[in-house]
Amino acid sequence: MDWINAIVQGTLLGGLYALFAAGLSLIFGVMRLVNIAHGDLIVLAAYLGLSVSTVLGIHPLVALALVVPIMAALGYGLQRGILNRTLGDDLLPPLLVTFGLSVILQNGLLEIYSADPQKLQAGAIETASLQLGSLALGYLPLLMFACSVAIIAGLQWMFYRTALGRAFRATSDRQDVAQLMGLNRAHVFGLAMALALAVTAVAGVFLGIRTSFDPSIGGGRLIFGFEAVIIGGLGNIWGTLAGGVVLGISQSIGAEINPGWQVLAGHVVFLAIIALRPRGLFPRMD
Amino acid sequence: MTHAVTRSSRTSRIAAVVGVVLLLGLSAAPWWAGRADMRLMGEIFLYLSLATLWNLLAGYAGLVSVGQQAYVGLGGYALFGLTILVGVPAIWAIPLAGIIGALVAVPVAVLIFRLRGAYFAIGTWVIAEVFRLTAAQVSALGGGSGTSLPADVVRAMAEGRDAREALAYWLALGVAVLVIGLAFAILRSRLGLALTALRDNELAARSLGIDIWRTKFIVYIATAGLTAMIGALIFIQKLRISPDAGFSVNDWTAFVIFIVVIGGIGTLEGPILGTLVFFALRETLADLGTIYLIALGVVAIVVMLRAPSGLWGLIRARAGAELFPISHRVRGETQQGDR
Repeated sequence: MDWINAIVQGTLLGGLYALFAAGLSLIFGVMRLVNIAHGDLIVLAAYLGLSVSTVLGIHPLVALALVVPIMAALGYGLQRGILNRTLGDDLLPPLLVTFGLSVILQNGLLEIYSADPQKLQAGAIETASLQLGSLALGYLPLLMFACSVAIIAGLQWMFYRTALGRAFRATSDRQDVAQLMGLNRAHVFGLAMALALAVTAVAGVFLGIRTSFDPSIGGGRLIFGFEAVIIGGLGNIWGTLAGGVVLGISQSIGAEINPGWQVLAGHVVFLAIIALRPRGLFPRMD
Repeated sequence: MTHAVTRSSRTSRIAAVVGVVLLLGLSAAPWWAGRADMRLMGEIFLYLSLATLWNLLAGYAGLVSVGQQAYVGLGGYALFGLTILVGVPAIWAIPLAGIIGALVAVPVAVLIFRLRGAYFAIGTWVIAEVFRLTAAQVSALGGGSGTSLPADVVRAMAEGRDAREALAYWLALGVAVLVIGLAFAILRSRLGLALTALRDNELAARSLGIDIWRTKFIVYIATAGLTAMIGALIFIQKLRISPDAGFSVNDWTAFVIFIVVIGGIGTLEGPILGTLVFFALRETLADLGTIYLIALGVVAIVVMLRAPSGLWGLIRARAGAELFPISHRVRGETQQGDR
C-alpha cells in the first residue's frame, strides 16, 4: 500500500515538475534558448506571490491574478532588452548571460528577503484531503496536477490552433523566412518568453504553497524542469508532463526506500534514461 | 620577396622573460610574503588553474560545462577519503585524486556527451548534484555535515605551521604552472590545432577529418583529472570539507565562468587577466557581500553583450599582442635579409 501511495503522490508531484518544465520547453522550442535562470525565475515568482499576498492580505492563489501579468511583462522586457541580443549560432552568449542573470536574481532576492525560508500560507486547502479507500489525496496536489494538465493542454492548443502558435512554429522553423512573411522576430520571441514566465508564475506560487523556499533553491528547480523535458522528449509538450510524472514517481519511490535518496533517485532515473533512450521517451524533434 | 612563418614575436619573447622572472620571484614568496598574502596568492593560483581548465573546455572544445564543481568536490573528497580511510599521506593523495577524477570522468563523458549544447551544460550540473548527494550519504566522511582533516594527517605533511603554509603555497603555484604549461603545450600540438579548428567552426573541422568526439573526450578527461587535483589542493588549504562546500556551483563554477568571460574566452591570456581582475574586485568590494555578486553578474553580462572576446580581446584588437606564442604569423622579408 505504501508503494501505491508513493506512486500516486509522485504522479501528483510530477504535475508541479511539468509546470517547472513547460516554460523551459516552450522557449527552447521557439528560440532554442536554454534559460539557466529559469529556476531562479520560479523562485522570484514565489517571492512575488509572498509579497502580493501579504501586502494586499489576499490568498496566494488569488495573488496569481497579479503575479502572472507581472512575470509575463518581466519576461517580455527581459527577452527584448537582453536575451534577444544573445541569440545566434553560438550557444555560449545565451548560456552565460542567463547564468549571470541567475546569480543576479539569487543575490537580489537574498538582499531583499534574506536567506530565511519562507512559505505561502494557503489556509485549509493545504491539509484537506480526499479519502479514497486507504489513499489520502490532498486537495492541493490534486489542484496542482489539474492546473498543470490544463496549462499544458492550453499550450498545446495555443501552439497548433491559434495565430500566435503559428507565429511561434514559423519562427521556430525558419527565423529569416518568418521575418520575410512579416513576423517581427524580436516581438514573437518576447511573447514566447512572456508566456513562458506566465506559466512560471503559476509554478512558483504552487511551489511556495507546497514547500518552504529560499533564494538558493532555484538551481535545483531548474534541474527538475530540465530533467522532465529531457525524459519526456524534446519538443513534445505532453511528453514533458509524462517526464514530470516519471521524475515525481522516481523521487517518491526513492524517498520510500530511504529519505536521503529522494532527489538522488530522480537524478539516477534521469541518467538511466539518457543512457538507454538519449532522445527521451516521446521525442518529436532533434 | 620571401616570407617566413613564425610563432614567436617580440612581445611573446619579452613576456617569456618577464614570466620566468615573475615565477622565480613568486617561488621565493615564503621568504618575502606574510602568511595572509601567501594564502591569498595560493587561492589566486588555484582559481587561475580552474579558469584555464574551464577555458580549455568551453573556449576551445565547445564543452560548456556548468558542473566542474563535480570534480573539485570529488578531488576534495578523494583527498579526505584516501588520507582518513586508507591512510595515504596527503602529498600522495593529491595526484591520486587527479587519477580518480580522470577515471570517474570516463563513464560520465560517455553518458553526458549524448546531450547537445546547452543541454550538455545542465547535464553536467546534474552529474555534480549526483556527486553532492552521494557524498552526503557517505557517513564515514561525515555525511551531510562533512568532516575535517585530522591533525596527524596535517602534521605529517611538514614540520611546523610555516613549512606547511609554504608547502601548500608551492603546491598551488606548481599546479598553476603545470596547468598553464600543459594548456600551452596542448594548444601548440596537433590536438591544439584540432581544438582551435573546433573552436572556430565545428562543421568545417569535421569535414577536415578531425574526430570531434575523440578530441572532446580527451579534453574532458584531462580537465576532469586536473580539476580534481586542484580540488584536493583547495581542501588541503581549507582543512575541512562538506558536500555543500565541495560541490558549490557558485564557488567553483560561477566565479570561474565570470573570470574567463571577463578576461576573454578562447585565449590563454584571458583567464590570467580575468583572475587578476576578479581578485582585485573581490579584495576591494567583498565587504559589500551580495551587492558585490550582483555587480559581478552585471559586469559579466555587459562584457558578454558588448565585448564577447573579453578584456584581453579588446587589448589584442588594439595592440595585436599575444603573450603566448600559439598562432602562426606570416612575415614578409625583403631581399636585403632579415631585420
